[in-house]
Amino acid sequence: MADQQQQPSSLPSSRTDDGSGMENRWRDIDRLLLRSGNLVGPGFEPGPELREALENDFRVLVIGAGGLGCELLKDLALSGFGHIDVIDMDTIDVSNLNRQFLFRIVVSFGSIRSSLSSKARAICGWKSCTAVGVDCRMQDVGKPKSEVAAARVMQRVKGVTVIPHFCKIEDKDIAFYKDFQIIVLGLDSLEARSYINSVICGFVEYEEDGSPDLSTIKPLVDGGTEGFKGHARVIIPGITPCFHCSLWLFPPQITFPLCTLAETPRSPAHCIEYAHLIQWGQDRIGEYFDADNPEHMKWIYDQALKRGEQFNISGITYSLTQGVVKNIVPAIASTNAVVAATCALETLKIATMCSTGMDIYMQYTGTEGIYLRTVPHDKDRNCIICSPGVPLEVDKSITLQKFIDTLLKDSRFKLKLSKPSVSYHGNNLYMQAPAVLEEMTRPNLQEQLLRLMGGETSDVLNINDRRLTGVLRVRVTFREGADTIDMDTAGT
Amino acid sequence: MIKLFSVKQKQREAAENANGRPPVKKQSAGELRLQKDISELNLAKTTTIFFPNGKDNLLNFEITIRPDEGYYQGGTFVFSFQISQVYPHEAPKVKCKTKVYHPNIDLEGNVCLNILREDWKPVLSINSILYGLTYLFLDPNPDDPLNHEAAEVLRDNPRQFDINVKRSMSGGYVAGNHFPRCI
Repeated sequence: MADQQQQPSSLPSSRTDDGSGMENRWRDIDRLLLRSGNLVGPGFEPGPELREALENDFRVLVIGAGGLGCELLKDLALSGFGHIDVIDMDTIDVSNLNRQFLFRIVVSFGSIRSSLSSKARAICGWKSCTAVGVDCRMQDVGKPKSEVAAARVMQRVKGVTVIPHFCKIEDKDIAFYKDFQIIVLGLDSLEARSYINSVICGFVEYEEDGSPDLSTIKPLVDGGTEGFKGHARVIIPGITPCFHCSLWLFPPQITFPLCTLAETPRSPAHCIEYAHLIQWGQDRIGEYFDADNPEHMKWIYDQALKRGEQFNISGITYSLTQGVVKNIVPAIASTNAVVAATCALETLKIATMCSTGMDIYMQYTGTEGIYLRTVPHDKDRNCIICSPGVPLEVDKSITLQKFIDTLLKDSRFKLKLSKPSVSYHGNNLYMQAPAVLEEMTRPNLQEQLLRLMGGETSDVLNINDRRLTGVLRVRVTFREGADTIDMDTAGT
Repeated sequence: MIKLFSVKQKQREAAENANGRPPVKKQSAGELRLQKDISELNLAKTTTIFFPNGKDNLLNFEITIRPDEGYYQGGTFVFSFQISQVYPHEAPKVKCKTKVYHPNIDLEGNVCLNILREDWKPVLSINSILYGLTYLFLDPNPDDPLNHEAAEVLRDNPRQFDINVKRSMSGGYVAGNHFPRCI
C-alpha cells in the first residue's frame, strides 16, 4: 500500500512546485478581490486582506467526496480557500473512477503482476494487458474517498490543508459543525441534506426583535446532480428559505403497486421490483437484503430474468437491476463540473462579498442543449425547521401544566389551540393522544419546564394541536426570579 | 444578499460550544411531522398502538387491529410501522406481522394498499393508513390480489372464502399453508 500511495509523485509536478508559476497563481482571484465594481456585494471592501483571510481564517466544510465533492475540493482549493475539511462515509469503487477524478488506478508499462484481476484489466481497456506487460493496479479502490481526495488535493495545490473525515455526518457532534464558517454540500440524498439543514438552522439565535443574530448564521451551499440535470443553491438560515421550506419541490419516488408487480408485470422494472420486494422475502427468509452485496444483486437479477421469461418481458439487464434496486441514475461528469463550479463561486462570494450572490436556486439541464436559470424561492413563514418561532417569556419556575395553561390564555393563539401537545426537540414532553402516550407523559405536567428543557434558558418548543395545520413553534425565554409571585394563582 | 463575515476585523472563532451540557438530540423533519400525526391520532375502538422504544421514539411502532365485523371479525392483526426521516415525503413501511389469509396481504406480510405505495401523498397521515388497513379487513378486494389463491376463492365462492378465513384464524391449514391462531 505504501508504495502505491507515492505513485502520484511521478505525475508532472512543475505546475505546483515551479516558483515562476506561483507568481501568477492569484492573478484571476485578485482581479475579483482587489478592485471594486458595479456588481460587488453589500459592504464589499476590496484589498489583499481578503485573500489572506481565505487562506488563513476561513474554514470550509465539504460534505461528500464523490462526483461533486472531487470537483468542489479542487475548485475551492484553487479559489484560495486554505483550510478545507471533507467528510465522506464511502470507499472508492471502480465505477467511480470515470468522473471522480481525484481517484485512480495506475497503468504503467512494467513488470507483469500476477495478482491483477481480470476485472481490473477490463477497466484498463487493454484486453492484451498481460501480453504487453502493462502494470495496472487498483491503486485507490477500496480506500476511503475523503482520505484519498484530501491527499490528492494537497499534493496538487500548494498551501492548502485538507482534513479528511471518514465517517457519517451523523457520527460527528453537532459542535463539530460550528467550527466552520461555510458548509458546502455535494450529496446525493434527501436525508443527508435534510439533516445538515436542520443542524445549521438549529444554530441560529435570534435577537429580541426576532431578527437572526448574524454571528450565529452558517451559510450552506448545496449542489446536486442527477444525470444531465443539476441544481445549486444558497441557504442562509434565518434569512433565505431553508432546504425544508421547499422540500415539496422534489418529485416523489416512482413506486409500483405491489399487486401489479405480483399479478400483471408489464415492464423490466416490474420484474426486478418483484424479485426485490417480494421474492427475496419469500425465498431468503430472515436474510437482510444488501444492495452492495454482488451476490444479492445477482440473485435479484436472476430471479427477475426468470420472471421476465415467464411474462414475455425482455430487456432485463444486470445494470438495469442495479439501477432499479438502488435507484441509480447515471452520473455525468460535466454536470458535476457545472454545478460544483457554481457552488464554489457562490462560496467565494459569500466569504468575500466580491459579487452579489445568485438569487437563489440555480437549475441546470443539459439533456438537449443547455438550459440554465435561477429562480427566487419564498421562505415558508411557518417552516417547522427554520421559522424563528413565536416569542414567549415565562417564569423560570413554571411547570409544564402552567405553561400549557399560559399558551391557551395567550391572545396570539386564540382559537388556534384546544388541546396542545408539547415537544422539545426529540422529547415528547406532553402528548394529548394516543392514550398510551398521554399516560406516559402525564407525570411531566407537574415538572418544571426549565428542567424538562435541560436547563436551556431559551429554545424552541413545538406545539401540536388538531386546530393547527402545521407545527406551532414557540420560542421560550425564561425570565429570572424564581421567587416572583405566580400571576395566575395570584389573580384567582 | 447579506454580508456575514467582516474580514477586516478578523474572523471571530465560534466559541459558544462549551457550556457543558450534553448536546440536544437533533430532530429530523420527518420526526417533527410524525409528532404532529401521532399527537392527533384518532384511534377507532378496534385499533391500539404500541411504541416499543418508548415515548420519545415514534419512528417505529405497532398497530393492532381487531375487526368487529366482516370476514375477519374477532381476529387480532399486528402491523409494524417504520417511518423514514423524510416522512411524509416517503410513505411509511408497513408490514403485517400476523400471518393472515387475505387477498391483499401475502404470506410474508406485504400489504397491497394503494396509499402505501403508488398513491401516497404527503397530505395523507398515519390516520389515513389506519383507515385504509381497517377497510382492507372489512372489504377485501379480490381484483387487486397479492395472495392469488385467496382472491380467487373470494371472487368465485365467497362462502368458501368465509370458511377459509375462519379456519385460518383459528389456527388451521388453508391451501397447504398453516396459519397461527389469532382469534
